[in-house]
Amino acid sequence: MITGLLIIFPLICALILFLLNTEKWIKIIAVAGSVTQFLISAYGLFLFTTKCNCQLLLYLGSAENLGISLRFGLDGISLLLVLLTTFLIPLIILTTIQHRYRNPSALYGLIMLMEMAFIGVFSAYDGMLFYIFWELALIPAYFICAIWGGNDRIRITLKFFIYTFTGSLFMLVGLIYLFFRTPLPHSFDLHSLTSAILSSKEQAWIFLAFFLAFAIKIPIFPLHTWQPDTYTVAPSGGTMILAGIMLKMGIYGLLRFLLPICPIVMQNWGFIIIILAVVGIIYASIIAIRQKDLKRLVAYSSIAHVGLISAGVFTMTEIGLNGVVIQMISHGINIVGLFMIIDRIEIRLKTTEISRLGGIALKAPFLAVFFMIFLLGSIALPMTNGFIGEFLILLGIFEYNHWIAAVTGITIILSAVYMLRMYQQTMFGEPVELTSNMKDLTWLEALPMIPLVIMVFWIGIFPGFYLHLAEPAIKEMLYFVHG
Amino acid sequence: MTFILALILCFPLAGFLLSGLGFKLIPPRITAIIASGTILISFLLSVFTTIFTQHLTGPQIHHLFTWISINRITLNFDLLVDPLTCIMLLIITGVGFIIHVYSIGYMKEDKGQNRFFAYMNLFVFSMLLLVMASNYAIMFIGWEGVGLCSYLLIGFWYKDHNFNNAAKKAFIMNRIGDLGFLLGMFFLFTTFGSLDFLKIFHLAKNIPAGSGILIAITLLLLLGAVGKSAQIPLYTWLPDAMAGPTPVSALIHAATMVTAGVYMVARSSILYVLAPSTMMVIIFVGLFTALFAGIVAIFQNDIKKILAYSTISQLGYMFMALGLGAFTGAMFHLTTHAFFKALLFLGAGSVIHALKGEQDIRKMGGLRKYLPKTWWTFLIGTISIAGIPPFAGFFSKDEILSAAFGNSLILWAFAVVGVVLTSFYMFRMLFLVFSGAFRGSDEKREQINESSVAMIFPMVILAFLSFAGGLMDLPEYTGISSWLSSYLNPVFADSMALMQSSPHLPDQLTELLLAGFTMTTVLIVILISYSMFGKNQILSGDKKVEQSFIKRLVVNKFFIDELYEILVVKPTMYLSDVFYRWVEVRFIDRIINGIGNLAIRVGNILRFLQTGHVGFYLFVMVLGIIGILIFNIMLI
Repeated sequence: MITGLLIIFPLICALILFLLNTEKWIKIIAVAGSVTQFLISAYGLFLFTTKCNCQLLLYLGSAENLGISLRFGLDGISLLLVLLTTFLIPLIILTTIQHRYRNPSALYGLIMLMEMAFIGVFSAYDGMLFYIFWELALIPAYFICAIWGGNDRIRITLKFFIYTFTGSLFMLVGLIYLFFRTPLPHSFDLHSLTSAILSSKEQAWIFLAFFLAFAIKIPIFPLHTWQPDTYTVAPSGGTMILAGIMLKMGIYGLLRFLLPICPIVMQNWGFIIIILAVVGIIYASIIAIRQKDLKRLVAYSSIAHVGLISAGVFTMTEIGLNGVVIQMISHGINIVGLFMIIDRIEIRLKTTEISRLGGIALKAPFLAVFFMIFLLGSIALPMTNGFIGEFLILLGIFEYNHWIAAVTGITIILSAVYMLRMYQQTMFGEPVELTSNMKDLTWLEALPMIPLVIMVFWIGIFPGFYLHLAEPAIKEMLYFVHG
Repeated sequence: MTFILALILCFPLAGFLLSGLGFKLIPPRITAIIASGTILISFLLSVFTTIFTQHLTGPQIHHLFTWISINRITLNFDLLVDPLTCIMLLIITGVGFIIHVYSIGYMKEDKGQNRFFAYMNLFVFSMLLLVMASNYAIMFIGWEGVGLCSYLLIGFWYKDHNFNNAAKKAFIMNRIGDLGFLLGMFFLFTTFGSLDFLKIFHLAKNIPAGSGILIAITLLLLLGAVGKSAQIPLYTWLPDAMAGPTPVSALIHAATMVTAGVYMVARSSILYVLAPSTMMVIIFVGLFTALFAGIVAIFQNDIKKILAYSTISQLGYMFMALGLGAFTGAMFHLTTHAFFKALLFLGAGSVIHALKGEQDIRKMGGLRKYLPKTWWTFLIGTISIAGIPPFAGFFSKDEILSAAFGNSLILWAFAVVGVVLTSFYMFRMLFLVFSGAFRGSDEKREQINESSVAMIFPMVILAFLSFAGGLMDLPEYTGISSWLSSYLNPVFADSMALMQSSPHLPDQLTELLLAGFTMTTVLIVILISYSMFGKNQILSGDKKVEQSFIKRLVVNKFFIDELYEILVVKPTMYLSDVFYRWVEVRFIDRIINGIGNLAIRVGNILRFLQTGHVGFYLFVMVLGIIGILIFNIMLI
């Protein structure tokens, strides 16, 4: 029931929002609706127990002749991602309402529509359903970027759309092929997809088709070039949603579909993918060092971070996967935090060019403190959320291969280099002309950041709750691999 | 007991939160008192802990909560107490408190006082966590935590980008070491299935000495120690770190944080004695660093930089002691060094304060008259570090020297050279600062005032400790029992038993002779130094004098910073540009766009097929059918 409510409720909110036309009410409804949605999911958490795996099931019947069943459910991992979504969306909306966007009803409606699609993706227990929600998430994202984006938005957004859409089409082909390999009666149901009998050659093709879709979305090097442009051009709220939540769909896909469906290929090709991911981590980190724009810098840092998460998936060790789950949450929190800070800078100074900033800490100490906390989280300082994830993932990689772990570890040095450089050049030094009249955060602006800060430390100091929640789901996934 | 230990940690943390969160509500004066007060309480509790645990045998584990727990890996937030921890607790909170009190005076006029005390308390918290940890992971929390505080405090005056660069450099160099530490931890985990000290040390005893895995582990951990304790090759951040306020240099970059590496190796002594090759590496790193930094210090002119190089050099001694298996000796020197080096830094701070920020010793001189109290305490510190009996530095250095002698004569000889260097550069500085005539402007001279009581009082206490600290561990020939050795010995008993060649210590007469020889040399050096800098002061670095190549090399610190710049920093920056401009934009993205364009072009060509003439379509259809027929015929 809860799962159904979680999908229907944002849809209702979206429809209401589309109909409204007073800005004030639109904003109130958007905030109230997203907060309610969070409360519903929190109630779901309350109902959830870690004793059995998949829970909060919802079965709405199936279209027999199409083989599609309307089956939803949540296990530990998907519940955490649902919670991440419902937790971040209200905060993102709270940040966004401080902008004055034209046509707000469409904007907030689309955001709520996206939320619905995310929940659908994370809770679908049917391959076709997953695919439908997956594509459904892309459409609002496209419109948000294309309508409210910055310079050159049409070209960049179109590229983003075509790029990710092409990837998804491969997934669709793979899915249909898989359908005909499922035991009779053919079905897209997750259970029958995972019990499809495939030769190793078939597994390889299926793997490629799915992986392409996921790798573009995540993005894994060298399929990442849409990402920095899109993050830079999208409106800040859109960037936060893309970076904080949407890319988790790709990682979730790896875990939910690829791991159980093609375990053999995952193992055989894992090495290559990990190498690719690690190359991407180092490559993106090095690029980030010299970036001139705050958004672009954080975008590259994000590529490095999600590269690490992807590498963690392919280690297929228990420790690595635990790290992946924690890091998915942590990355969502830290990256949204960083983009919120950047948004606050942009709204005041109308620029995110690093060389034009400086001395902000003196003028806006609260902003600087929040910035520092999110920065520490993303450079994985112990006692922050980033450390737990990176520590476990690196340990997982180390168990997989010592040398790869040693190379991957360089990221902890490089992340300090680019993050501290960014912080120093924007926050420290004497205030420049542009920043000399800068105002500090207001309470309303700090409001959405405070829960994020709490999460940074909560996960960093007491990660047990989250680890515990995901444990049975991870065990089940590894069962497919190691038997 | 658990509760008390938790309190020791919690007070500085609470102090940090109070002065940090209430940074606009609480007046600075009160923050200063709160911050110092919390450290004082922690100190008193540490004293209590030390007394209370004195009679317990073996380390005690106190469970606080579970940090990370997955099926195969459990990291508990546990605290460990044994004599080694207690010594560190006393140093950190004791010296920490003294320096906090000093800071009240030193930072009085600074606007960012609250921020300063918040960071200082956070530092003490992290450092305490580092030494109280019961496993490597918790230790790593403190390990990185002190690095962060060091970063924040070096760049405390963040308006100046030189300071910020120094801070950033410190953090990044520490992170290089931390990567080693992290990988070392991973190795430990895959080897022993745990990160708990007691479990690992227990299991390690069964591993044959000199096995590859232990050498790998110890070398990786050593990399961490080298970064934190500013040893070659990761030392260049420490001289730059002097950008921070002077109390910070005294507490973090002399007395406590930089000794974390020494503590870590001492804590892991069992692993190290089982890896003799690593021990050799430590000896050489330590000795080489001690000499290198000593030589560089001779030609420095910034009062704090001289002390920084001196710290690097003294840490080198501690590492050499560790490498020789003289763990107690290393800890002893760590303790006395905390006293006299903190004292020297505070003295330097007092001088800098009096001269309104002047740090160049060429512009000082004759300050004995103006700053008599600072002069006396500074003199005590200098004598102590130079190693003249009965000051503390003599005894701790003596212990290391005799351990070196027990290993080989050559090692001892080099170590003595280091001692000679130390006394030379220290007395050079002392004379240039305090004797002769004042070389600054008259205007400045008139403004010189002795520092306030809040600053002098801590210096007096430290001066006393620098003088009498040696009593903790007197050598055998004095006939008085050595407290520190007997207190710490249980901690290192296992390692000593495992050590293959236990250091062959010289007999009492030899030791006395050696000490006599060293002392005589030191005295001669002091006289030379006096003749050079006492009255007719020769100032190095005068641009008029043509400098020889070697001297230029030394004055410029062997161009190591420049070397790193060329070898590491520049290439990375260059690579960043190349990756972005060429690989990213011109290669990868172009291919991706190329694929897109290809689709458009193919579409453009295929477009012409759609002519709209039914006749054409029929024609193509017939062609197709014929094609299929031919294909089928061929198959038959």
